[in-house]
Amino acid sequence: MPSDPREGRIVVVGASLAGLRAAEALREEGFTGPLTVVGEEHRPPYDRPPLSKQVLLGTAAPDTTGLPMRRDPDAQWRLGVRATGLDPLAKRVLLADGESLPYDRLLIATGTRARPWPHPQQAALDGVFTLRTSEDAARLAERLAAGPRRVLVIGAGFTGSEIASACRERGIEVTVAERGPGPLVGALGGTLAKLAAAMQRAHGVDLRCAVTVSALRGRDGRFVGADFSDGSRVEADLCVVALGAIRNIEWLADAGLAAGPHGIACDAGCRAVDMYGIVTDDIFVAGDIARFPHPLFDYQMLSLEHWGNAVAQAEVAAHNMVSPGPLRRPHLTVPVFWSSQFGFNIKSVGVPAFSDQVVIAQGSLAERRLVAVYGYRGRITAAVTVNMAKWLEHYQGLIESAATFPPGPGAADGQPLVTEFPIPSDVPDARGLSHGPTVALTGHLPVRRLTVVRSAG
Amino acid sequence: MADDTLLQRITDYTNRPDPYPLYAQLREAGVVRQTDGSYLVGTYHDIVALLHDPRVSSDQRNRTALYRGADPGDARQLPTFIRRDDPDHHRLRSMAMRPFGPPHSPGRIDAMREEITRITEDLIASIQDREQVDIVDDFAYPLPVTVICRLLGVPREDEPVFREWSATVIDSIDIGPGEDLRKREAAGEQARTQMGRYLVDLAERRRGGPGDDMLSAFVNDPGPAGEFSRAELAATSALLLVAGHETTVNLITNGILTLLRHPDQLDLLRRDPGLMPSAVEELLRYEPPVHMLPRTPLAPLDIAGTTVPRGVPLVLVLASGSRDPQRFRDPDRFDPTRPDNQHLGFGSGIHSCYGAPLARIEAQIALGALAPRLSTATLVEDPPPYRNSAILRGPRHLRVEF
Repeated sequence: MPSDPREGRIVVVGASLAGLRAAEALREEGFTGPLTVVGEEHRPPYDRPPLSKQVLLGTAAPDTTGLPMRRDPDAQWRLGVRATGLDPLAKRVLLADGESLPYDRLLIATGTRARPWPHPQQAALDGVFTLRTSEDAARLAERLAAGPRRVLVIGAGFTGSEIASACRERGIEVTVAERGPGPLVGALGGTLAKLAAAMQRAHGVDLRCAVTVSALRGRDGRFVGADFSDGSRVEADLCVVALGAIRNIEWLADAGLAAGPHGIACDAGCRAVDMYGIVTDDIFVAGDIARFPHPLFDYQMLSLEHWGNAVAQAEVAAHNMVSPGPLRRPHLTVPVFWSSQFGFNIKSVGVPAFSDQVVIAQGSLAERRLVAVYGYRGRITAAVTVNMAKWLEHYQGLIESAATFPPGPGAADGQPLVTEFPIPSDVPDARGLSHGPTVALTGHLPVRRLTVVRSAG
Repeated sequence: MADDTLLQRITDYTNRPDPYPLYAQLREAGVVRQTDGSYLVGTYHDIVALLHDPRVSSDQRNRTALYRGADPGDARQLPTFIRRDDPDHHRLRSMAMRPFGPPHSPGRIDAMREEITRITEDLIASIQDREQVDIVDDFAYPLPVTVICRLLGVPREDEPVFREWSATVIDSIDIGPGEDLRKREAAGEQARTQMGRYLVDLAERRRGGPGDDMLSAFVNDPGPAGEFSRAELAATSALLLVAGHETTVNLITNGILTLLRHPDQLDLLRRDPGLMPSAVEELLRYEPPVHMLPRTPLAPLDIAGTTVPRGVPLVLVLASGSRDPQRFRDPDRFDPTRPDNQHLGFGSGIHSCYGAPLARIEAQIALGALAPRLSTATLVEDPPPYRNSAILRGPRHLRVEF
């Protein structure tokens, strides 16, 4: 390892949002050594949020979502090649083409991929899609433009709901199947899930909750419909499997890192932790793949699939990779997330799943404009706005300062908070959802006193 | 205590040319109650927090009786959306936004660039042979008036008609501590009523036969929120007409004055016109048109260690916040290349300036067109005579010799 951390050789594995922003930040922070960015996809880094929105609506072409570069990271780009292994002793990243890249410091930003339909033969039917890459979006947008009679969306998380919204906006009939009690319930809890269900139904979505899809049916290799656990059936031309994401950790199987289904554990400074809980000095983690402790949520390890987290964490990781120990910074960003669907703008700050109660602090369910504030044991831990995003900054301040829950009365929009009693936030166990939550508390739900351990299978 | 009279000194006309040392005192003093009962806030982070605080009202009807100004028994007009809270504010603002900006009219203002450029060039042509020009009367005032008339669908020839009303309205929203405001407020009410009646009349004549203007859209293309009531249409369109030019005139004039005071920066801009957008942002920070916003707490607030009771006037001194050294490095320096310039020139939060995109384009085009001609120009008097208002601050005249 060179004595000046701004020198040496850095490899970034993962060429999406976190990888690109980290590469840019490394140069901004004065890194002068050779920098290599490895990416499995052939395309240069691109933005994913438009894929489930504008691209499916046909208002943006899938190849136009390239991420703007804030500066040229002056990197060697190894695109279209997968990392297959890591040798932490020899300090080398192994690539699928047989080459291996030496590093002094490594940043892992391999993110997630779409969780496929578990039955491979059914998943291979023509007309069954997942949505994660721009290629996925291009193929799905093309099939939506061809005017299918009905689309089945499996999973009513954010991605599934946005796909359903795009279908309805294009006038396509859509059935949404959700194993949990309502759409978005894993991210927003039971109360807002009721609002989400109402808005889906108001827009003509055939929403089926508390059911699972037991089989996808095909004829001549084409998807034609699905059987549900309640015995009902649906006929459809397309099926989008929106079951959440799988973290791309398989290539690290022999690397000795604390890598699991929730990602790679790291400390607050983005340094990866090995399987014995010992922090590494030369391996850093950022973006969807990271699982990090957050002081605002009792140091629970969080796994986030949020755009803003990828950017912020990449910048902290890059800073720490090229800074001597005492100048390193913690990644303490409050999670922020947004979604647009059915004409609603939904924004979330904090971790709604880290809550026991919720109160509508501004607006109302009836107006379809509101601020829901979440609390855990008398302290504000999250807020979600529906079409009221401009107020979010205030609530972020309350979360950061651990303000008391419920917030005081007096909001200027005429809803006297005192009449709206806090109600249980109804955060479900993620295992009851058909999709993964976009924020996972990877220890335990705070409202639970003990964790039930079940053996797999 | 000197702080007690700070608002008096800020509003004192003799301090109009340079209120910034008083703002520095205000930031130093923290949140201080003035002798008239109002509280002044001048630090960046406090102002931003208050602009995002749902317990802070824009509706002055929420003030306790002592501070409510005119007799509440008067048959008063509805406040415009800038002086209302959600959900009414949201409903009225979205209805007003429908023909103006996204999501329904995303390209409307950008599409006016060419027309604004042409209006600007016409104005410059009319003054280019003259040795002495009043930047205000000959350029900075007629430009936004012509633009807002075109946008709203108000005949440009009617300008003498609404000019007086507009001046009276601006006069009525000024603050002067200790002064009996009722007379000015009554005159302002009357001017707003007359202007509203005039604009509703214009709009009604286009019902069924719309032109490509906002008044036409208001009466012919109601959105999902429904149509404005007659009173709402009067209040909203009068607001747009007044705010559509009384602020931009100051932005352009303050801009010319600042550039003439900083010949090195003017030179930089002449050589690199691509800097103009960030130069306009810097002007909005350094010499903004809007200096203060009135607010009212709906609950007792803790601001920087001071408890401000509910119902009292709270004055957010935006122009002070934009010069706060806790937020901006070297804040008293005019630097068109300044990075991270999140100024308070357009406010923040749900009442963020509705007309900001238009004001930005007008100022960029106006200053961009005038900058190359300013190299040989000199100010006839510095400081120039200012308009009366401490809230909407800018020179009344800016005489320049070419």
